[in-house]
Amino acid sequence: MLIDWFTVIAQIVNFLILVWLLKRFLYQPILRALDAREKRIAAELAAADEKKREAEKERDEFRQKNDEFEQQRSVLLHTASEEAHAERQRLIAAARTDSDDLRAQREEALKREYQDLRAVLSRRIGAEVFAIARKVLADLANTTLEAHIADAFIKRLRALSPEEKVSLASITRLSAQPLPATPAMTAAAAAETAGILIRSAFDLPATQQNAIKAAINEILETRIPVRFEARPDLISGIELIANGHKVTWNIAGYLASLEEEIGKLLKNPAEPESKAEPEAQPEPGPGFPTEPEFGAEPQAEASVKEKNAGKKKPNTPDNPETLDTPNLKPPAHIR
Amino acid sequence: MHLSPDDIIFWEYGFLKLNATIVFTWGLMCVLVIGSRAITRNLSIGLERARWQNLLEVVVLAIHNQIREVGLRQPRRYFAFLGTLFMFIVVATLFTVVPGYEPPTGSLSTTTALAICVFIAVPLYGIKEQGLGGYLRSYLEPTPIMLPFNVISEFSRTLALAIRLFGNIMSGTMILAILLTVTPFIFPVVMSALGLLTGMLQAYIFSILATVYIAAATSSFREDAEQDYDLDGPDDPEMKRPETR
Repeated sequence: MLIDWFTVIAQIVNFLILVWLLKRFLYQPILRALDAREKRIAAELAAADEKKREAEKERDEFRQKNDEFEQQRSVLLHTASEEAHAERQRLIAAARTDSDDLRAQREEALKREYQDLRAVLSRRIGAEVFAIARKVLADLANTTLEAHIADAFIKRLRALSPEEKVSLASITRLSAQPLPATPAMTAAAAAETAGILIRSAFDLPATQQNAIKAAINEILETRIPVRFEARPDLISGIELIANGHKVTWNIAGYLASLEEEIGKLLKNPAEPESKAEPEAQPEPGPGFPTEPEFGAEPQAEASVKEKNAGKKKPNTPDNPETLDTPNLKPPAHIR
Repeated sequence: MHLSPDDIIFWEYGFLKLNATIVFTWGLMCVLVIGSRAITRNLSIGLERARWQNLLEVVVLAIHNQIREVGLRQPRRYFAFLGTLFMFIVVATLFTVVPGYEPPTGSLSTTTALAICVFIAVPLYGIKEQGLGGYLRSYLEPTPIMLPFNVISEFSRTLALAIRLFGNIMSGTMILAILLTVTPFIFPVVMSALGLLTGMLQAYIFSILATVYIAAATSSFREDAEQDYDLDGPDDPEMKRPETR
């Protein structure tokens, strides 16, 4: 018999024990470990997924932020460059205005300097001209410049037209009575209304004074007080002032032409023109023997003086021809 | 010359006896348990693990998957029984390489004991799964006429289990012993290798058949099993026709 029943029973028991033991020591631990590992791997995968999601989210956020940053940056750059451009334009404009101002100032200064120079020059030339003329006359004609000027002035007075004479007479009469002084007159002018004032650049000798007085009295057919005054700055000649009106003989015309020549020499075309303007103003008036000048008179005198000073050069003996030029006419006029 | 290790008796006292079958079985039990204990004492749940642990995991997982492929929905419920059947037979065969060793499975007593275990376990699992009535009703499937054949099949397959395993292992051992006397060199080695292969195959067949019987006894095996076969395909043609062996 191949089957031993005791062995069979023993083997059944053995087998059951082995089942229990292996279950206890092999299958359960192994399966538990497998489960744990699976769980762990699943958890790790889930964590990795979670991390990946977070990373993607952060990446998106960063990308978005980056885009925003880029946009902001470009906008800022744009505005900054625009501002810089505007600032540049503004600075350039400011620099231009500044330079314009500076140039204008410089031009102004130059102009002023030029004017001063011309004033000084005029005065010097006038004085020189007079000095030369006086010397020449004394040497050649055995007479004085003053006498000639006085003569010329007297001639001018005598050459007045009848209407002019009448108007001058009426004015001088008014001036004889100080009361009717017009309120518009300045104090200086008012002071001068008390009679006829003869102003000259030099002290007129007594003979000349008497001659002028006689001439005035003869022309005006009245006797009014005549005062004489020497004004060194009044280079040009002699003027008669009565009640704010003037009758002048001067050499303004000569001086004006001389001034023009000098201006050309200085090569400043703008200057002579601007100079010519103030000149033109007194000029229209001079034709008339009597011209109201009121309070502006001293200033007018100054301007006239300047011109006169400038005009004396053509009168120099070096350039006698100019005496015959049309510029000679103004001196003939009474200013 | 003996057919079975039962004949080698170390100690005998009346009905009680200590033969080579029992002794070698104990030896195998000790090796299995101590080895398992040694390996599973320091189990790692991380990605890195010892080689022995890896080996055991492979084996355990293979058994696990095999049980599920046959059609048992919850392999862990039957794992201890089926797994131990397989492990015991495999180890018993493996140790045939050791000289002087007599495999316990070469004893008809051992294979009968295992077959009886299967014979008892199958109805137990069946009743546990679908109740006594449900289990008994499975004998009337597909028609009540089949009841006697089902009952005969129950006994005959148990007998077949025992005889098949015994015959294979015993014949292997026997052939080896005979050949050793005829051609002492080389040829016995080849036959020993063949015996190892046969033993492994028998271990697989025995446990797979037991699994199939249990699966048949437990609930709705037929529909589920058919579906599983259709889906996964059979790994072994035997699994479709377990009765042929």
